Amino acid sequence: MPRELLKGNVAIAEAAIRAGLEAYFGYPITPQTEILEHFARRMPELGRAFVQAESEVAAINMVYGAACTGVRVMSTSSSPGMSLMMEGLSYIMGTEIPVVLVNVMRGGPGLGNIAPSQGDYNQAVHGGGHGDYNPIVLAPSTVQEAIDMTVLSFDLAERYRTACIVIADGSIGQMMEPAELPPMQPVKRKDWEWATNGAIGRERRILSSIYIEPAEEEVANLRMFKRWQEIQKNEVRYKEYHLEDADFVVVGFGTAGRVALSAVRTARQQGIKVGLLRPITVNPFPYDVLDELSKRAQAFLVVEMNMGQMLNDVQLAVKGRVPVEFYGRPGGVVPFPDEILSEIQRVATTDLQVVSDPRHAWYERMVEYLK
Amino acid sequence: MQKEILIAGFGGQGVLFAGQVMAYAAMDTGHEVTWIPSYGPEMRGGTANCTVVISDEEIGSPLVKNPPAVVALNLPSFDKYENLVQTGGVVVVNESMVDRKAERKDITVIYVPGNEMAEACGNRRLLNMVMTGALLAAFPVLKMEDVKAALKAHLPAKHQKLIPNNFDAMEKGFAHARAQLEGIPA
Repeated sequence: MPRELLKGNVAIAEAAIRAGLEAYFGYPITPQTEILEHFARRMPELGRAFVQAESEVAAINMVYGAACTGVRVMSTSSSPGMSLMMEGLSYIMGTEIPVVLVNVMRGGPGLGNIAPSQGDYNQAVHGGGHGDYNPIVLAPSTVQEAIDMTVLSFDLAERYRTACIVIADGSIGQMMEPAELPPMQPVKRKDWEWATNGAIGRERRILSSIYIEPAEEEVANLRMFKRWQEIQKNEVRYKEYHLEDADFVVVGFGTAGRVALSAVRTARQQGIKVGLLRPITVNPFPYDVLDELSKRAQAFLVVEMNMGQMLNDVQLAVKGRVPVEFYGRPGGVVPFPDEILSEIQRVATTDLQVVSDPRHAWYERMVEYLK
Repeated sequence: MQKEILIAGFGGQGVLFAGQVMAYAAMDTGHEVTWIPSYGPEMRGGTANCTVVISDEEIGSPLVKNPPAVVALNLPSFDKYENLVQTGGVVVVNESMVDRKAERKDITVIYVPGNEMAEACGNRRLLNMVMTGALLAAFPVLKMEDVKAALKAHLPAKHQKLIPNNFDAMEKGFAHARAQLEGIPA
C-alpha cells in the first residue's frame, strides 16, 4: 500500500474497517468525532453496522451485546465519554469477551477542554470501572502507530478474550502524517467456543459477568489474572532511542514521548548522554526493561501530559535504586521540546535524591515557570 | 534536516489547506512530515493556524515554539508570531490585512498584498496559494515544481479545473517575494 497523508482519527477508523470491524457503536465528542464521521459513511456502504447511540452508556452496552456474538466490534470516545463507558467496560471484562475501545484523550477532569491530554492513563491502565481487571492498553505516538495498534488491538482482544484500549490524544487524532493502511481483510466470523451466536444444534451458552457465589467469582478473578500474566509475558512493546550508553533515561508515552524525543536529540548534541524509552503497551507496562535500565542509569525523567500517572509505574520498576524525576503539563497543555530539554539539563547536572513523590518539587518549579 | 512552517490567519483564508499542500509535497518527495491544526475554541473565534514539520528522520514534536518560517495572513497572527519566529527566520505577511511594518530587525519579512494579488488572479480565495508561492521564494524548503505536482496529484477531480489559477497565484506570489528579496541587502 502506498503512503497517504492521513488524519489520525480517519486513519484509526479506516484501519478498524480493514481489520474486519463488523459493528461500530458510538457517540460524537471532540476531538474524535471524525472517527464517527468516517464510520458513518463507510460502514453502511460496506453493509456493516454503524449506530450513533443516544449516549456513551448506550454505545458501550451495544458493544457489549455485539461482542457476545463473537463479531469484531468497537467504540471510540474522548475522556468524558470514556468515563460514561466505565461501567460497561467492567461488565465486558467480567464477561471475558473481546472488545476494542479508543480514547482520544482531552483536557480534564470534568468537562475540561478539547485540547490534547494524557489525563486518562490511570483510568485505562489502573481500572476506571469497578472490580479487578486488566485491559491491554496501547499508546500510539504517530498516525502510523495509531493504524498499526488499532489493527493489533482486534487480534490481542480476541487472543486473550479481553478489552483492548488504544489511548491516543487530541493531537494524534487531529494530526496528519504520511502512513500506510493495511490491506482490506474480509470480515471473518469465527465460531468462538464461547460466542452466543445461535444455539441451534448445540448446547446453550450463557455469557454474563454475574457470579452470585463469591467462591466462583474468586475463581473467575484468579482465571483472569492468569490470563493477564500470559499477556505480561508475551505482549510488552516499547521503543528505545539512544539508550545504548545513556546515563539518563527519559520515559514518555504517546505525544509526550515524541515531544521528548526532540528534546533528547538536542541534549545529545549538547553532549548529554540521555536516551528515551517510549512504552507502546502501557499495560502490560515494560517493567523489566526499566528494571534493567535502572541498574546502569543515574536518573530517570518521566514526562507526561498529566499530573504524574505513569510516574508510579516507572517508580515501581526502578525500585528506588536511582532518582525518578517528573515533568508534566496537565489540563490540555502540550509541552514544547525546550521545556523538556531544560528538565534533562537539570537532571543531568543536579545532585538528586530518591524521593517518594517527585511531584512536590515539580509543583514548585511549575509555579515558578508559570509566573 | 528538519524545517518547520507555521501558517496563521482567519478561518476561510485557506490556512489549513496551504499547510496540507506543503505536507503533500513533502510526502511525495520522500520526506517525513507532520501537519497539525489548531482545533480548539480559538478556531470558533475566527483564527486558525497549522504547523507543518518537514524532516528526513522520525519527527519528534509536531509543534514548535519558535518556527523558522511563518506565514501571517492577518494582523492578530502577525502580532503573535512576529515575536515567536526564530532569529534569522522568515515572516511572510499579507499586507492587505496588516497595517504595520515589523518591529524586529533580526528576521526577514516579506510583505505581500495577498488579497489584491489573489483577486488579480481571478479569485480572492487564491490568497493562500499566493502566500505559499511567496513563502517558497523566501524559505526554499520545497521546490515550487514539487508543490505544484502535489497540488495536481491530490486535488479532488472536481477541483482540477482550478489548477491553472492556483499555479498562476503561486507563481505570482513567488515572483513578488523574489523581487522583494533581491531588494533586501543580504
